[in-house]
Amino acid sequence: MWLTIVRRTLTAISGGAAALYGAAVSAEYGLNLPRGVTPISQDAYDLHMLVLWVCVAIAVVVFGAMFISIIYHRKSRGAKPAQFHESTLVEIVWTIVPFLILAGMAIPATKALVAMEDTTNSDLSIKVTGYQWKWGYDYIDDGVSFISSLSTPQDQIYNRQGKGDNYLLEVDNPLVVPVNKKVRLLITANDVIHAWWVPELGMKKDAIPGYINEMWINVQEEGVYRGQCAELCGKDHGFMPIVVVAKNDADFDAWMQAQKSAADADASAADREWAQDELMTRGENVYNTACAACHQVSGAGVPGAFPGLVGSPIATGPIEAHLDMVMNGKPGTAMAAFAGQLNDIDIAAVVTYERNAWGNDTGDLVQPSDVEAAR
Amino acid sequence: MSTATTHDAHHEEQRSGLMRWVFTTNHKDIGTLYLLFSLLMFMVGGAMAMIIRAELFEPGLQFVQPQFFNSMTTMHALIMIFGAVMPGFVGLANWLVPMMIGAPDMALPRMNNWSFWILPFAFAMLLSTLFMEGGAPAGGWTMYPPLVLQTGNAFPFLIFAVHLMGISSIMGAINIVVTIVNMRAPGMTLMKMPLFVWTWLITAYLLIAVMPVLAGAVTMLLTDRNFGTHFFNAAGGGDPVMFQHIFWFFAHPEVYILILPAFGIVSQVIPTFARKPLFGYASMVYATASIAVLSFIVWAHHMFTVGMPVTAQLFFMFSTMLIAVPTGVKVFNWVATMWKGSMTFETPMLFAIAFVCLFTIGGFSGLVLAIAPVDIQLHDTYYVVAHFHYVLVSGALFSIFAGIYYWLPKWTGHMYNETLGKWHFWLSVIGMNIVFFPMHFLGLAGMPRRIPDYALQFTEFNQIATVGAFMFGFSQLIFLIVVMKAIKGGEKATAQVWEGAEGLEWTVPSPAPYHTFETAPVVK
Amino acid sequence: MSLAQTEKYYLPQPSLWPIIGSFALFLMAIGGVMVMREIDNGGWILLAGLAVMIYMMIGWFSEVIRDSEAGRFNKQVDSSFRWSMSWFIFSEVMFFAAFFGALFYTRMLSVPWLGESDTMEQLWPAFKAAWPTAGPGLTADGFQFTPMGAWGLPAINTLLLLTSGVTVTWAHWGLKKSKRSQLILGLAMTVALGVVFLGLQAYEYNHAYTEMGLTLGAGVYGATFFMLTGFHGFHVLVGTIMLIVMLLRSIAGHFTAEHHFAFEAVSWYWHFVDVVWVMLFILVYWLI
Ligand code: HEA
Ligand code: HEA
Ligand code: HEC
Ligand code: CUA
Ligand SMILES: [Cu+2]
Repeated sequence: MWLTIVRRTLTAISGGAAALYGAAVSAEYGLNLPRGVTPISQDAYDLHMLVLWVCVAIAVVVFGAMFISIIYHRKSRGAKPAQFHESTLVEIVWTIVPFLILAGMAIPATKALVAMEDTTNSDLSIKVTGYQWKWGYDYIDDGVSFISSLSTPQDQIYNRQGKGDNYLLEVDNPLVVPVNKKVRLLITANDVIHAWWVPELGMKKDAIPGYINEMWINVQEEGVYRGQCAELCGKDHGFMPIVVVAKNDADFDAWMQAQKSAADADASAADREWAQDELMTRGENVYNTACAACHQVSGAGVPGAFPGLVGSPIATGPIEAHLDMVMNGKPGTAMAAFAGQLNDIDIAAVVTYERNAWGNDTGDLVQPSDVEAAR
Repeated sequence: MSTATTHDAHHEEQRSGLMRWVFTTNHKDIGTLYLLFSLLMFMVGGAMAMIIRAELFEPGLQFVQPQFFNSMTTMHALIMIFGAVMPGFVGLANWLVPMMIGAPDMALPRMNNWSFWILPFAFAMLLSTLFMEGGAPAGGWTMYPPLVLQTGNAFPFLIFAVHLMGISSIMGAINIVVTIVNMRAPGMTLMKMPLFVWTWLITAYLLIAVMPVLAGAVTMLLTDRNFGTHFFNAAGGGDPVMFQHIFWFFAHPEVYILILPAFGIVSQVIPTFARKPLFGYASMVYATASIAVLSFIVWAHHMFTVGMPVTAQLFFMFSTMLIAVPTGVKVFNWVATMWKGSMTFETPMLFAIAFVCLFTIGGFSGLVLAIAPVDIQLHDTYYVVAHFHYVLVSGALFSIFAGIYYWLPKWTGHMYNETLGKWHFWLSVIGMNIVFFPMHFLGLAGMPRRIPDYALQFTEFNQIATVGAFMFGFSQLIFLIVVMKAIKGGEKATAQVWEGAEGLEWTVPSPAPYHTFETAPVVK
Repeated sequence: MSLAQTEKYYLPQPSLWPIIGSFALFLMAIGGVMVMREIDNGGWILLAGLAVMIYMMIGWFSEVIRDSEAGRFNKQVDSSFRWSMSWFIFSEVMFFAAFFGALFYTRMLSVPWLGESDTMEQLWPAFKAAWPTAGPGLTADGFQFTPMGAWGLPAINTLLLLTSGVTVTWAHWGLKKSKRSQLILGLAMTVALGVVFLGLQAYEYNHAYTEMGLTLGAGVYGATFFMLTGFHGFHVLVGTIMLIVMLLRSIAGHFTAEHHFAFEAVSWYWHFVDVVWVMLFILVYWLI
């Protein structure tokens, strides 16, 4: 591992030089902004290189002058102090020159910013909702929606198991977008502020509860792009990654079709009676992805922050109160309203699970139809 | 009407023991209290930084749970800013402003005592939250709602602690302004004041202008959580982003509060060791004032990703970039002061030179962040963390070190140990760069800030940073030793102390007498 | 600055009041925390803090008054007091600025944003942005309130405060001309106007809560309304108390025609409170 450090440090030095030519070489080694796969990310990259090199040039001049005097104008070399202490001309020059340099930077920056904010003429709109701590995606025109949460197992996080290549940057259901289309993302949040960010797409926007922010991406290469929530949103802020898969039109359409039929299948399954073990298996799944982050896999909770569910008065008391807590949450606390995130089957399953797992042997069964009635 | 009847009776009334410090109205005693408090808080905040760095040494969760990690980040910042750097600067102001302008004391000595003694209570409240159910505040030092409203029992402690700090800072700042405008010795015209006094005058003005705004902001948080208001809740027509506007209207000037006195210190130190008058005194004053004025119209550069209208983003981008101009003037002036000087490199000068270099690097990364399209990539990444530690650690903190080494002989009457001072300097400079330089790369490569665990490709740079952090941290022990040794004894310092030093504080003996100027000196 | 060179400086003795003041603030903060967290006796601790604070103020101010009456303050000290009071008032201006900022922001920006384009369509269907409002969520839940009109009590209150600005100035003239009865009468009238103002405002709040559905929880309108007028009312209360102290001191024969900064400071403060009210009247009550 120390070898890698040495290697990377060396590349850091040489990579700087390579970056001069705008090459993506250094990006590979994780030293520089990725050049990315959208026009916007490329603008940002170019701007950054411009400003960086202007600053380096100024630094060379300023530090150069300073080190010359440190070396030559020292007392130990017998330097006698000059007595000058002002010069209007020089002072005016070094006020105006930086101003002009800045104006030179401002022009391309303005262009890039204006382009970034232009969300008109989009081909597709997707609503993105931040939850503590997962993302919801909603293809507004197609009626397809799903939740995307971290799929790295807890065992890897707690070092009980080796870490995979995409440690912390992998999700169960990635966002899928078509390439070469202007995709408009409508960003919002459900509880606290989050920020949606994928470096290679060059876009970051805060997800503000109660407001919609817009942004657009136009991915120009097929591939998988990974990012993370970029606004502190509580305990698991570091554990709500974003994965975007860009597919060509045909693949995208096929994927969309599959999503729609799965949604239809769920819709019809919601009408039938579910058996206990069916609900328990599904419930355990839902619980582990949606609830365990706070209430823990063991149902023990985190004392002082998140109540345990083992023997909890709500999880073992009246079903209505339990359903209400899960569906509507508790305002002002971290307990979110899940009615909008989970479908009837999932809610029925997770409530059934909580009422029968970890020794909560109430024996109660909650059916999807009960949930529908409670909506 | 105006006589000095009470005056002579007082000196002897100095109490001994602890009570002297509790009841004192003497600017030197109070300055010492502030400085010691600041040192203590620096260690507490530093210890928290060490916990952060230890957890980030490797991917995965090793030492702390995520919630506690966030508490550490939040408390580290609050303590460093409000507990270490601000009181550090106020301590220096207390010691030096009266001496530099030829006054016997601060204008309002009793209120001066009050401003200090609020702080221990405020920080006792803040630190007590570490032991509470639900943990210390963990929503970041920026306290954004709605997240901060999820804080547990610690929430009201946080709010009231901030209120107390605000009261303390406002009173302290009023005292400094009034001392400077009203207590100058005859002949000490505004344009003859040492630059440290000038920068503090402007800083104090900033403090009075923005601390109340912070108080207002946290008051609204409190009512939103406890009294059912909807300032920051869309359902009631409010907006979480409004908090950010109000907060940054405070916090951007706040970051200049953390740097302007530093500019002042460096402007005292460099001419002394270059043995040459400060270049461009007048333009330094104007530059400081312009920075202060501009600081009120740039706040939303912290908010380029919140979805502001594009015209607003452009405005804040341009105004932010403008700040580089007056700041540049200062940097150029310092370099021109060194140019053709006759330099020696005692510890204060070393810290001052490091300040000029490293602060400029921090300023450059600030400029990169000011470019909105680039900031949108870099916002909330370690690039920002790198930026502000360059301006805060190698900026504010290093200037405090420079100031302490520079004036310590005047305070204690003893020279500090130069060899140890140099060790402290070199280990700090090297350590500091090892911690924070790699953070630029981490940020560019996409590591978000405020996370306890990270993806594998960030491992190496985090390890370098952690190693540097412990190196930097341990080097501060040397500083402690130097200061303690100088307080206890050491080579006697002359009144002038440094060959090239100029200014009223160097005309009085070292250590400076308890009441410096009993009758006003005349400044020609 | 125009201090004659030979003049000696005034330096106060070590003092125990500041530490008592810090302790009072601490008690108040802890009491406040306990009240917020609904812990028993929090209110008492808060009151105890307040009591210590009042004790401190009485002690500290009487010391200052003694020094002042003994003629220990020279011009320079007087000038220091003037500067500090001005800067203190400036800090208060900025404190109000935060709340006025909130009013401006919600009214001009956030409420309109909630009622337009995607934000409205996706999140708050059917919300019509208009001021005053309780906000899209509360409105959708059927929450209703009546906004406070300008031309009833608020207009009377405006008149009261404006008049009180005149009376306090009249009292000041009296003081400058050494007409003590004019001073005392002017101050007494000012205090009375302040008290009536507070009474009317209490009545207005009660009316708002019980009959208009206008509460702190009434969306941003209610929040900004009560925050601004409430903080202003608190300042009127403090100002009135200070005026009462000035009245008592005048009756006790304090102040001379040349030397009466305490009085002036209070009247500056009172005028500041006045100006804030005028802004409130225009921006909060009138221009709905
Ligand atoms: C002492 C504190 C201090 C100082 C002095 C500064 C100075 C500057 N800061 Fe910094 N900043 C912080 C403390 C400070 N900052 C903190 C704490 C944060 C993060 C808060 C948080 O989120 O927690 C932050 C964040 C921050 C951001 C937001 C980043 C983000 O969250 O996305 C931005 C964006 O514009 C920024 C910009 C600047 C600029 C342009 C300056 C300028 O003043 C710098 C000017 C100086 C120079 C440019 C160098 C010298 C000049 C020359 C040699 C002249 C020639 C130069 C040119 C013509 C280029 N800062
Ligand atoms: C003036 C302000 C200041 C100062 C001086 C520092 C000093 C340091 N900071 Fe600070 N930092 C901030 C202000 C400051 N910071 C702010 C505002 C934030 C943002 C918070 C937020 O996101 O909300 C932040 C966040 C922050 C982070 C990001 C956390 C995150 O995003 O999760 C990190 C990570 O490395 C960090 C590290 C350090 C280190 C290693 C030091 C070191 O310089 C500290 C060195 C000092 C000591 C170590 C103490 C003295 C020494 C001893 C007592 C000797 C023995 C010590 C041992 C080695 C055990 N800081
Ligand atoms: C973001 C953290 C978080 C997540 C995720 C979360 N909860 Fe909770 N939950 C809480 C908190 C906090 C409370 C306590 C609320 C209170 O103060 O009463 C709570 C309370 C509860 C309670 C009541 C417990 C009691 O005895 O008071 C139940 C039942 C519950 N949650 C079920 C769930 C289910 C089911 C899920 C997933 C679908 C879930 N929670 C996901 C944070 C969370
Ligand atoms: Cu979601 Cu951070
Ligand atoms: Cu800023």
